[in-house]
Formats: sequence, C-alpha cells, structure tokens
Amino acid sequence: MAATLPASSFPEKDEVARTEPAGGPRPRVVRTPWADQLFAGLALAAACLTLALLAGIIISLLIGAAPAIREYGLGFLVHSEWDPVENRYGGLVMIYGTLATSVIALLIAVPVSFGIALFLTELAPGWLKRPLGIAIELLAAVPSIVYGMWGLLVFGPILARFVQQPLQALFNGVPVLGSLVSGPPVGIGILSAGIILAIMIIPFIASVMRDVFEVTPPMLKESAYGLGSTTWEVVYHVVLPYTKAGVIGGIMLGLGRAIGETMAVTFVIGNMNQLNSISVFEAANSITSALANEFAEAGEGLHQASLIYLGLVLFFITFVVLSLSKLLLARLRKGEGSRS
Amino acid sequence: MKSSLLRTALVAVALFPLASFAEDVTGAGASFPAPVYAKWADSYNKASGHRINYQSVGSGAGIKQIKAKTVDFGASDAPLKDDELSKDGMVQFPTVIGGVVPVVNVTGIAAGQLKLTGAVLGDIYLGKVAKWNDAAITSLNPGVTLPDAAISVVRRADGSGTSFIFTNYLSKVNAEWKSKVGEGTAVNWPTGAGGKGNEGVSAFVQRLPNSIGYVEYAYAKQNKMAHVLLKNQAGTFVAPDDLNFKAAAAGADWAKSFYQVLTDQPGKDSWPLTGATFILMHKVQDKPAQASATLKFFEWAYANGDKTATELEYVPLPDSVKTLVAKLWAAEVKDATGKPIPLK
Repeated sequence: MAATLPASSFPEKDEVARTEPAGGPRPRVVRTPWADQLFAGLALAAACLTLALLAGIIISLLIGAAPAIREYGLGFLVHSEWDPVENRYGGLVMIYGTLATSVIALLIAVPVSFGIALFLTELAPGWLKRPLGIAIELLAAVPSIVYGMWGLLVFGPILARFVQQPLQALFNGVPVLGSLVSGPPVGIGILSAGIILAIMIIPFIASVMRDVFEVTPPMLKESAYGLGSTTWEVVYHVVLPYTKAGVIGGIMLGLGRAIGETMAVTFVIGNMNQLNSISVFEAANSITSALANEFAEAGEGLHQASLIYLGLVLFFITFVVLSLSKLLLARLRKGEGSRS
Repeated sequence: MKSSLLRTALVAVALFPLASFAEDVTGAGASFPAPVYAKWADSYNKASGHRINYQSVGSGAGIKQIKAKTVDFGASDAPLKDDELSKDGMVQFPTVIGGVVPVVNVTGIAAGQLKLTGAVLGDIYLGKVAKWNDAAITSLNPGVTLPDAAISVVRRADGSGTSFIFTNYLSKVNAEWKSKVGEGTAVNWPTGAGGKGNEGVSAFVQRLPNSIGYVEYAYAKQNKMAHVLLKNQAGTFVAPDDLNFKAAAAGADWAKSFYQVLTDQPGKDSWPLTGATFILMHKVQDKPAQASATLKFFEWAYANGDKTATELEYVPLPDSVKTLVAKLWAAEVKDATGKPIPLK
C-alpha cells in the first residue's frame, strides 16, 4: 500500500541520509594550512615576549645595580644616608616614603571608594547614577602632573593653613602627637603626598567596586531585603562576601598605582633625603621621585647603581604586594569552602 | 613594477638620513644654557643652512653621551677637572656666563632690600639660622623689620649645575658647610624642601610665605622675585646683574686652565654666585667633517651671538676668553691623523 503513496516515491536512501548523517562532518576545506600554525605561533610569541621582557628588565636592573649591591648588600635597605658628594647611599628614606604615602593613600581611599560604590549601587536615585559614575571615571583620566601642580599650588597651602597650623597649636608640647605634626608649616610632605595619591586612586578603586557590586545577583539581595535586612546588612552580609575577590582586586590596583606614582608625588613630597622626624608634615622622598629627580645628573658608578638598586627594590615591593593579594584571595576562597 | 618602486623607496629612506646627518651636528647636556643654544642654533641655521640639534638632557647625561661619542659635543654646567678631561681625551671651553640668585618671599621685603653674607646663607641652608629675626640676619639689616617666623628653605631636588654653583660658593665661605655637606650637582641637603627645576623652586618660593630659595638669574628677573644682596669677597654688598657677573668672570685666570668656577671671585663688583657653562669635545675627532661643523657653529656664536645671549639674561664671554678658546681649538682638536680641524 505504501508504494502507491506519492511519498514513497522518494528514494529510501535519501530518507536515511536526512535523519542520520552517514559519516562524520564534512571534511574541512583547508585553504591556508599554515595560517592556524602561524596564529598559534604568534599567540605563543606574544606570551613569551611578556615573560622575556620581565626577565630582561629584572636582569638589566640586577646588572645595573650590581656595584651598589656588592658595596652595600641588604644594608642598603636600612641605611638612611644619601650623600652624592661623599658617595654613600642608603635607601631607607625613599623606601619609607613610598610605603608611608601608599599606606596613607589606602587608609583614605578605601573607605571613601567603598562609600562611593555603595551609594552608586544601592542608594543613588536612578537619574544621578550615570552622571556621578561618569564623573568618577573622568577623575581617573586626569594626568598625574595636574594633580601634582594642584597639590603644590592649591592644596598644600590649604593643608598648611587649616590643618597643620591648628594641629601644631593643639598638640604643642604633647609628646608623640606633637612631634607627629611638627615641621615647617609649608603643606608639603608625606601627608600631602598621601592625600594626593588617595585622590588619584579613589576613581580606580571606586569604579572597580561599583562594577563588582553591580554583578551581585539581585535575587540574593532581594531575598535579604525580603527577610527584613537593612541596606547595611545587605551590603555587609550579602554583597561584600559575594564580591570580595573583586573588591580586593580593586584595592590592589589602587595600591599598585600609588606605589608607582611619580610626577604627582615629586611635586608635593618635598624631596628631602633625611629621616630626622616622624612628622607626617615633614618633607621626605619616595623611590620614584628620587629616580625621576636624580637619574639624569647621576654620574656613572655608585650613584647610578644605587638609583637602579632603588628601582629593583620598588619592583620587589610591587611583587610582594601582588603576591600578598593573591595569597589573601586564596585564603578567602578556602574559608568560603569550609563555611558552606 | 611594485617591487621596484618599493626598492626605490627603501633606498631613498636609507639614504635620506645619511645625507642630512652629514651636515647635522648633535649636542646634549646642560639645561641651564639650553635656551641660548636653541636660539643660536636657530639663527645659525638661517644664516648658514646648517642644522644644530641640542638636547637638554642635563649635564650628567651630557657628559655620559660625549664620553660614549653618541653626540658631537657635550655640555656641562660644572667644568670637568683637567685630569678628568685628559683621562677621556677631551677638551672643554666656556660659552656663556650666568648667575644664580638667592630669592626670598617675606612680607614687606622688596627686591634688593635684604642683605646676606655667604656664611649666613650657609647657616640658613644648614638649618642653624632658622628664624628670620635671628641676630645673624638682623645685624646685617639694620632698619629692616623681619618677622618672627621660621625660614622655609627651598632648593633643587634634581641634580643641577645651579646647585653646583650654589654649593660650591657655600663650601668656599662656610667651613661647616664644606665639612658637612660639600659641593656637587646633588648633595645631601640637611634641610628644606626640594623643587624640580628652576620653575619648581620659583613656584615653591612664590607660594610659601617666609621662604628662601635660589634660581637662575633669568628666572628671578622674569618672575620679578625678591632677590637678596650678597657680600662679595671684597666686602661690598652687590646686586645680581650683568655687569657684576661680568666682573666676576674677568677676575678668573682663563689662560691657565678653563677649569674656572666663578664663585666668590675677587673684585668689588663681582657677584659671588657666578658660573660659566661649558662645551665638551673629544681631542681626536673620528669624523672631522662633524667636528668642523661643530666648531664653525661655536665660532659663529662667539662672533654673532652676544646680543641673543644678553637678551636671554646670559652674559657673553669677554673677548680675551674667546681668543683663548680659538687658540685651544687650533692647538688641541685634531682629526685622526693629527691635523687640526679646518674652520674654513
């Protein structure tokens, strides 16, 4: 019977071919057999180039710093004398300056950035979110030398007049606090450099924080709100645990920028290679600032080698910061596993 | 067709720089004389068609580059000692003279009102004289009201020839400065805040009340900063100006050596913070054509550049010194076979 139906006039073979393909997929037409290999090779080369560059930089820093390393060894890190006339060098002042300004910058920038991100994602009315977000991202685009000039010409005098002088009057004679704010009232030094750095890294940390806060699934947040949580409880118990990797990443990005910043710091830190007081208003120096100022005129020999040694130390500090952040993240992830 | 075009283009690209480099002279070094070298090079190019490229990279870098022979001439604000010069087979000669000027920003003190001696200036930069109404300053300035305020000391943060002239002078007139700090383009400053470049120092001094700093004469003049009067070796208080820089230069014994630091020179008109800036060249020239072009440029500048230099607040060399320099070129700068470099 079936034979009389028109449908049966189709050849049986075709029907089979239509439902289950006879072999594997159609063989690929290889027009340029070398293109894939070339692409793979290029990608590999790009990856290797990065490694080679890194190794090259470390090796050339080591070679350049060799005279200073031979002369001072690790003692370079704890000696504060920097005397180009007598050719005696120690990096403590610059290392201290770099670390102190970065720590001050983080102390200010992290809470402020957190507040900005929190406001933008949870509290701001819809019409304010975009302009505010764009304004913060624009801050990140301001060249660092502009921050430096602004810090020197505008911010420094304000800091000296309205912060340092009142503090000095207030703490006059108080043992530790008094010496912490001593120094000539000029508004340049470790604190101003730290504050300028904070202003510079806030946009970075804030925009990363905002981005990661935004990816928290609304379901989680709404469930918490549904259970009667306040905004703070939602952020602290739901958003932050969910986004901590991103938050720490953002903070580390900011810290990396603060440690490496040169131009803005050299304007406001005062560039003094002496460590004769713990005052945050005392002029000091940072590694990057010393390099920028002294490299062009540094004669061959120990002066140049010591500057390169400082560069190596900076490299090492950045490396340690990066490693610590990775370690912290790994520990956090582990803790996450045990809790759930 | 395509490939032949490409080949022609490649050949042209390869040849073009050669053709132009044969005439181009490059120099690098001190930033202090950079404005006048640039102006000279520009006028010389218009007058002769030859091009002079000067990179203002700092004296230290300039010395490095001329030692490595990557440039035709180096420039340094601090002269090299004669033995260091002969070790590297180089000669040096001065081009222009300039002055360094201490400037202050104290309310009520106008330009030229405050008098200081080198010893007191040294004590201020040592941090020993820390207030404006210190007896050391007031005794030099009877009748001038000075505030009971801390002195904000400002100096260069980067290594510079200006700092060299300043610290060299302080070492000559202040024994404690000499033993504690010494002289150099960068020193271990005992106190004060560092500004980058002349512009950094003048910005600091103009913004910070009760501050003192030192800048090149041109900066002090252009920014109308309050300069101080300094007591020179002869015991008179002098103001910084062209005539007093010239007086300082006249006192030096250029015939003996071009290693002359013009600070604290004798003569009743000498400004004590004066210095010449120098050009460095190799004695034996591998490329005589380049050397000839270089020397021709400076010969032209000595003959025609005085007006430009004066306009830019530098002081031209006295004619006697220019004659000595011409003698040096003829006697010392040779090509590889020992023949003097032709100037014509």
